[in-house]
Amino acid sequence: MTDILMPALSPTMTEGTLAKWLKKVGDEVKSGDVIAEIETDKATMEVEAVDEGTLTEILVAEGTEGVAVNAVIARLNGGSEAAQPAPAPAPKPEAPAPKAETPRQPAPAQVLVEKEWGKTKPMTVREALREAMVVEMRADKDVFLMGEEVAQYQGAYKISQGMLDEFGPRRVIDTPITEHGFTGMAVGAAMNGLKPILEFMTFNFAMQAMDQIINSAAKTLYMSGGQMGASIVFRGANGAAARVGAQHSQCFASWYAHCPGLKVVAPWSAADAKGLLRAAIRDPNPVIFLENEILYGHSFEVPEDEDFILPIGKAKVEREGTDVTIITFSIMVDVALKAAEALAGQGISAEVINLRTIRPLDIETIAASVKKTSRVVSLEEGWPFAGIGSEIIATVVEHCFDWLDAPPARVAGVDVPMPYAANLEKLALPQPGWVVDAVKKLF
Amino acid sequence: MAASPDKARKATKKPADAMSKEELLGAYGRMLLIRRFEEKAGQLYGMGLIAGFCHLYIGQEAVVVGMQHCLKEGDEVITSYRDHGHMLATGMDPKGVMAELTGRIGGYSRGKGGSMHMFSKEKGFFGGHGIVGAQVSLGTGLAFSNWYRENDNVSLTYYGEGASNQGQVYESYNLAALLKLPVVFIIENNRYAMGTSVERATASTDLSHNAAPWGMPSLAVDGMDVQAVKAAGEQAVAHCRAGKGPFLLEMKTYRYRGHSMSDPAKYRTREEVQKMRAEHDCLDSARKRLEELGVSEAELKTLDDNIKARVQAAADFAQASPEPDPAELYTDVLVEG
Repeated sequence: MTDILMPALSPTMTEGTLAKWLKKVGDEVKSGDVIAEIETDKATMEVEAVDEGTLTEILVAEGTEGVAVNAVIARLNGGSEAAQPAPAPAPKPEAPAPKAETPRQPAPAQVLVEKEWGKTKPMTVREALREAMVVEMRADKDVFLMGEEVAQYQGAYKISQGMLDEFGPRRVIDTPITEHGFTGMAVGAAMNGLKPILEFMTFNFAMQAMDQIINSAAKTLYMSGGQMGASIVFRGANGAAARVGAQHSQCFASWYAHCPGLKVVAPWSAADAKGLLRAAIRDPNPVIFLENEILYGHSFEVPEDEDFILPIGKAKVEREGTDVTIITFSIMVDVALKAAEALAGQGISAEVINLRTIRPLDIETIAASVKKTSRVVSLEEGWPFAGIGSEIIATVVEHCFDWLDAPPARVAGVDVPMPYAANLEKLALPQPGWVVDAVKKLF
Repeated sequence: MAASPDKARKATKKPADAMSKEELLGAYGRMLLIRRFEEKAGQLYGMGLIAGFCHLYIGQEAVVVGMQHCLKEGDEVITSYRDHGHMLATGMDPKGVMAELTGRIGGYSRGKGGSMHMFSKEKGFFGGHGIVGAQVSLGTGLAFSNWYRENDNVSLTYYGEGASNQGQVYESYNLAALLKLPVVFIIENNRYAMGTSVERATASTDLSHNAAPWGMPSLAVDGMDVQAVKAAGEQAVAHCRAGKGPFLLEMKTYRYRGHSMSDPAKYRTREEVQKMRAEHDCLDSARKRLEELGVSEAELKTLDDNIKARVQAAADFAQASPEPDPAELYTDVLVEG
């Protein structure tokens, strides 16, 4: 004897109407036969038999409403299968249900000590990025560079100049202009164990590939229970360049930082660029590496040590101060340092934190600084609403509320698409004066 | 040289001699395993033990089973969310698949993936992808890794005729043809993208012709006939293994069940479904051929009983396996260290 149960026919169905029986007592039922029609709140569905045999009993008459899922609606005699067991509730592990995640407590405040790397030499951000890729590609044959114009053209911004000559066309690969397709291809290669560096000419174009970055690269490790991930770097110019208009001038930091499964890095100096890109290439996770076109040509001192590398997830105090903490990243570090200089002239000692990594956010360094200065201003080029500043300030409030002497403030790009006109573009992007004004309101 | 699609559309072998008796018996068993597994999954869904989306493969079994005959160790398989059949065909354990459907720790993704998201590095199965068409670029990337490593592995990249309209699918054809990547693009044309028939979705319904602009050879194949699938698959896989670039197969197939469990399937007639089942079922035709080849009814009955027992064992395991520990919520977000 086999029970036929009222089936659930959608993810949300708990009961339904048994609209019609298409078989009657005594009928032979074969697997796949439609035996009844059931109305749910969404549709009328046909119920197919799974087990075979003779219908011996109909327990719920047609027209009955509110029949609960899993109620026995009929019985079959015969067939080779044993009766279906009633659905047993899943055995539950003893551990308690997960609670809402409490804010992570920062470790006891400590001053971040940069490892001393010794002798330095001046280098542009462009050269630093190239050196990082070249060194890692020499060390690991699974690492390759792919993107638009990276090979024969030598890079749209000349980041990859000379790399085709050294590594050949199988490791420095020109793609057609097909971001969605080549990003999926790179993620697939990463799922099979390669370590792609995918260059987006700018991150504006990566919006075409957003699905592959989030749904395929960032989530696969979790969806596979840890079996399969993607060691891949998505890198390219992010944010406003100069006079290129709304579609080519946007900061994507908060878009990517929102998503678990990604790391998001945004270097400022050439040392940041080299040390962090090497770390990103070695990282077994997908890393979003947000560069800045204007910074490509800027020169900074970079350690000569051939092992020089920086840890992902560690911010750097670029300027020490005692009265206010300015927290920022990428090209806005320049703006923050200029503002700090101006504030020093007015008797305010500002500490400037270069985040270097957006996700995971270095809460320790932020909290240590804010507990010292008791005032905080976030600074970013991107839009204010749900921006990185929102996250920084929420973090400060969670961790340092009792230390604050003034409400946290944020400075961000103006909440409009980027205009083209020179004067309007200038008005849309944070200037040192904006930061100075924001800081002075805290006193 | 651009291949002529018309010229390429000739299968090299007559389907009837594509498989020996032993091979056909093996293929029949694997198709039957998928059929019984999916029927059981449908039943467990009805009992509330499987939730969310659950897309059954019933009707299409010949496609994956026939194609799997063409593969060797190291080849890759990737598909969409209608993936249970592909997993069983690659040799993944029905217990682990069914336990993932019930969301238990014994599942392939420890209960964190569900019906649409399972993977097995060991069996060369790269998922289980829920965004229509996304797996086509990913599968092209699997082929890219073979090209990069200069091995002779081949990526079987499956998708439906609905996905074949996605932009990234065409982008993938172009990339694969440009780089001569070893990928077999396999369109499982089951005629309905959820509720939209291929005629309503695609201006040119002869999908094997989609290969032509990229000079890719292609074949239209009777996807309800496991021997025809194998014959076409061998040709396609040999082409890729020889370094000649991608190949496209349009498998003309049919799904008997709705798009997912909650699909009332009002976009087609009951008669249409019954006609396909009665006249083109892959199990019926294989069984008939096996009988002609002298396989006894008793042998087939024993096979059927063994498979039913395997599926029942999978269902039992999937109900007995515990739910994942709450601590699992936070694991596998990032590789640590």
